Amino acid sequence: MTAAKLGSKVPSGPLAAKWLEHRNHLRLVNPSNRRKFTVLVVGSGLAGGAAAASLGELGYRVECFCFQDSPRRAHSIAAQGGINAAKNYHNDGDSVFRLFYDTIKGGDFRSREANVHRLAELSVAIIDQCVAQGVPFAREYGGLLDNRSFGGAQVSRTFYARGQTGQQLLLGAYQALSRQIAAGTVRMFPRTEMLDLVVGEDGRARGIIARDLVTGRLERHAGHAVVLATGGYSNVYYLSTNAKGSNATAIWRAHRRGALFANPCFTQIHPTCIPASGDYQSKLTRMSESLRNDGRIWVPRDPGDGRSPERIPEADRDYYLEVKYPAFGNLVPRDVAARNTKQVVDGGRGVGPQKNGVYLDFGDAIARLGRAAIADRYGNLFEMYVKITGEDPWVTPMRIYPAPHYTMGGLWVDYDLMSNLDGLFVAGEANFSDHGANRLGASALMQGLADGYFVLPATLGSYLAGHLGEPVSTAGGAFDAVEAEVRQRLDRLLGARGQRSPESFHRQLGHIVWHACGISRSAEGLTRAIGEIADLRREFWQNLRVSGAPAEVNQDLEKAGRVADYFELAELMCRDALDRDESCGCHLREEHQAPDGEALRNDEEYAFVSAWQWQGEDRPEVRFAEPLLFESVEPSRRSYK
Amino acid sequence: MNLTLYVWRQAGPAAPGRMERYEATDINPDSSFLEMLDVVNERLAASGEDRIAFDHDCREGICGMCGFMINGEAHGPRRGTTVCQLHMRHFRDGDVLHLEPWRARAFPVVKDLMVDRGAFDRIIQAGGFITVSTGSAPEANITPVPKRVADRAFEAAECIGCGACVAQCPNGAAQLFTSAKVSHLGLLPQGQPERHDRALAMVEAMERGGFGACSNHAECQAVCPKGISIDFIARMNRDFLKARARAAPGTRAPGGEHGSTR
Repeated sequence: MTAAKLGSKVPSGPLAAKWLEHRNHLRLVNPSNRRKFTVLVVGSGLAGGAAAASLGELGYRVECFCFQDSPRRAHSIAAQGGINAAKNYHNDGDSVFRLFYDTIKGGDFRSREANVHRLAELSVAIIDQCVAQGVPFAREYGGLLDNRSFGGAQVSRTFYARGQTGQQLLLGAYQALSRQIAAGTVRMFPRTEMLDLVVGEDGRARGIIARDLVTGRLERHAGHAVVLATGGYSNVYYLSTNAKGSNATAIWRAHRRGALFANPCFTQIHPTCIPASGDYQSKLTRMSESLRNDGRIWVPRDPGDGRSPERIPEADRDYYLEVKYPAFGNLVPRDVAARNTKQVVDGGRGVGPQKNGVYLDFGDAIARLGRAAIADRYGNLFEMYVKITGEDPWVTPMRIYPAPHYTMGGLWVDYDLMSNLDGLFVAGEANFSDHGANRLGASALMQGLADGYFVLPATLGSYLAGHLGEPVSTAGGAFDAVEAEVRQRLDRLLGARGQRSPESFHRQLGHIVWHACGISRSAEGLTRAIGEIADLRREFWQNLRVSGAPAEVNQDLEKAGRVADYFELAELMCRDALDRDESCGCHLREEHQAPDGEALRNDEEYAFVSAWQWQGEDRPEVRFAEPLLFESVEPSRRSYK
Repeated sequence: MNLTLYVWRQAGPAAPGRMERYEATDINPDSSFLEMLDVVNERLAASGEDRIAFDHDCREGICGMCGFMINGEAHGPRRGTTVCQLHMRHFRDGDVLHLEPWRARAFPVVKDLMVDRGAFDRIIQAGGFITVSTGSAPEANITPVPKRVADRAFEAAECIGCGACVAQCPNGAAQLFTSAKVSHLGLLPQGQPERHDRALAMVEAMERGGFGACSNHAECQAVCPKGISIDFIARMNRDFLKARARAAPGTRAPGGEHGSTR
């Protein structure tokens, strides 16, 4: 692969004019010709749902796929906090540039300036679109939209719909998608899972092989372009805040077919989740970070302190964040809070039956502000906590622990959101594009919708314009070969006839990745993990046991295929983390910390996007690098002391 | 804790089903109901038996994918919850639990506890949207929406589309689901131009979908994990009747998108 092939295609010109100027020169497809193009959209979350709906509105023939029983269920639905937009409704000095700057700084200067600026520009139109669709955002008494400050921002630019912003935005996209399904422009394939990408001999993405999850039948779908909007890969860690079904198979199969995987080690860990209560635990539940505004985080000074928390006097408590970071205290950024908490727990000072959490204590806030004020701010979160743990945070402090939450890494894409494979586009969390090494709060929803509503309809159309009149077909060698491989792989999974379930392997794999490639990483730990993952992967293929048959609903088989892909992805994450010999964003290399524990970024050597190329099973992947150039902003170093 | 489960097993939509007995032993009371089933399934698979199929995804009570009957109650005995957020501490050691899929003509069984809720999607496709193509939206703050209207719309918009309302209704009616979307969009100023067409089209799609009629049992409201009020059904009925009264016979278009009743 040559360096030219990794060209980001970022337009020249001043930052603020790039997208406009680019759009002025994108190619258009005549409205009467659009129906001659078929676009496959895999995934129906904010990015996929919005893209499928918008492309359908334009008149393209769209086929949209989701593994759930309805496109309304994609995991975007679980996002709580909000969505940023540079509307400056609060007259507090916000602007497109400020949102751009906060996002690129939040990403610790490991994302492309041009992409992030475009995101900030589009944020404004997203809110307009969603309001017109009927998304019931929070409003002030005068009837205008309410905003709040979120994730430490100095301006109030976050739009929200109680704690269910993701749900309401997704239902907006789902409704737009439903309108197109009724209009016949979009054909929806629910309970259908993409198992492989078909790439023609010319290197172009030609279609997908998918499995009907009800009948088990393998289906071929061909298109002029394929869009992957299949979300992130936090479930590599087994326990995460992602939905149980969220998986990396679509992007990983595309990676094996040649799509480069960018920044796989950039994963975000959320600090305020409810700790696991036992080894049956299937997922973790996140609670809004806003809890840290009034809750104080502490552990007993004495690890052996057996007293219940409310009976431990002040003198015997260690408010470790307040002590270490007096200026920001409990409001240090996500990664700093999460890292310190894991250190405390790993050091044997964890609390709760499993010794796997720390206290988040509202005692002082309740005494200072009164119960009513706290109930007003956090009542629903307290209820959620009671529901899950059976403990009452009005009486005893909450217990929290970090959990994987979002993955900034993903398939490499250029400015047009096209991967290095011609005709393969990647949108939303599935691509690496906008969040660098750390994602700013309330920007995931923004990116999914920007990609789906506004970027893809423009750039994908321009791509298609060059392919008018070309037939698409599921017949032929490429489809035959890939379908045969998919079938072989399913047979291999079903035929292993070993002793262990896919779930048990996943749990063990997750444990390895969490400790080696989670909140903090070291060369020693990563090297060891790469060996452990390889060993476990060998055992997987020898000792796997999948129940059920291929031609029916078989959730064990679905799971096994996803876990097989996690093994390879986990190894790549560790290799990328090892290769990136610096600390940046969420990626803390223990070897690179200042004496006070602050992360040390290395802009001289690592101001690049890593992009990994698959070389075949049991061969280490090869890394390419896309240099990051900062023309409009000066990379600064953060400090929260 | 130990439980005895009777679970509906059905290999496929056309296959006959039956209740099968399973012992769920040594279950941690802090696990969720679905985690309890995960444990049972791991043991079933280890002894070479087929797992119990059930739908689930977010396990946070928001995606609406999970749901089945526990001793005749949709999502089980606790109010305001989905089965993924129902924890075993609310049951007693030795309990006998009967698990059945949603029972409704409009929701055919796919396998075991999984059903096909496509009829819900078809109701939304019939008109559960505001016609606004991407890019054509006006400035978001151009139309103020009184807070109490926005809040009321939000209460309707909270529906997660799980289907508990239909499953619990003795008639298998979908009025609560349909009225939630009709009301969410019909309350907002943005939704006014299509308000009556929408109500007509969605109610008609509901009737085509094989759902039963509403006879005001209010069972739907009782089991709704989001506590959606049956007041919205009354509201939908008003919109529907008005729309039908306005529509001259023979001039009404079938879909919300092109239909005109004025």
